[in-house]
Amino acid sequence: MKSLAELQAIKEKMQNKVVLREGTGDIRVVVGMATCGIAAGARPVLNTFVEEVQNQNLSKKVTVSQTGCIGICQYEPVVEIFEAGKEKVTYVKMTAEKAKKVVEQHLKNGRVISEYTIAAHKA
Amino acid sequence: MKELSLNILDIAENSVKAKATVVKILIDETENEKENTLKITISDNGCGMTEEVLKNVTDPFYTTRTTRKVGLGLPFLKLAAEQTGGNLKIVSKSKEEEKTNHGTAVTACFNKNHIDFTPLGDIVSTVVTLIQGHPETDFIFIHTKNKKESAVLKTEELRKILGKDIPLNSFEVITWIKDFLTESYKEAVDK
Repeated sequence: MKSLAELQAIKEKMQNKVVLREGTGDIRVVVGMATCGIAAGARPVLNTFVEEVQNQNLSKKVTVSQTGCIGICQYEPVVEIFEAGKEKVTYVKMTAEKAKKVVEQHLKNGRVISEYTIAAHKA
Repeated sequence: MKELSLNILDIAENSVKAKATVVKILIDETENEKENTLKITISDNGCGMTEEVLKNVTDPFYTTRTTRKVGLGLPFLKLAAEQTGGNLKIVSKSKEEEKTNHGTAVTACFNKNHIDFTPLGDIVSTVVTLIQGHPETDFIFIHTKNKKESAVLKTEELRKILGKDIPLNSFEVITWIKDFLTESYKEAVDK
């Protein structure tokens, strides 16, 4: 059974690597979590981003956060990716599977998956 | 919404937007020969709503500038409750009326036996998502079944152990919370 003592151990372990963990936050992944996003399936998309960023050892440069309604409800779940010095990328109609691919190809290897972007859906 | 846990996530996000420092989520199930019900209460100490806003808050087409953030969230929850023969109640005191004791409480009651009852779904995921997105807010989550607690989580207690330097949304902590709640539910079922 998980205990609060375990949390104490997590704290001690993490304090030792606090310096290492200080992310530079180069890339920001923002998931729309308003009613429209949630109803369309944003929750598993967000949780996949959180897990995969950790699995791919990207937590130093990538932060995952939530926002409200972006205003394009028909394209939800919407994920925006902000990277310093680059144009914002907007991924639409996301799923957990797509999120996994975005982490691997875009966040890790720097290749935008254009077929998932809003430009591809509008065309 | 496919699961009530998604409605809960949505309503709790309203609480955070209302600048609440504490958001309480209670799920109370009663199962006996006479009754098979589920009650969800989401209460906060946020800025609250004035009577005027409160009157119209479950009307999806009521959109003035000050209330546009409310949107479809409450109408969805109301529909989910009423289609099982249940109901939705909202009590709110705005910051202007009550300087110290302000906030909103949303209570939804469901008849679980009704064919149109939406299952609760992945509530652990909802709690984890809320803490991930709002590590500074305190969440109190209590799920009881026939007055017995099946899962309880109070972020204030976790915060006390972790101290200031480790945010609640660190991956390690989030993973612990997820496993802790999942195991709590398993234990409650085994008992």
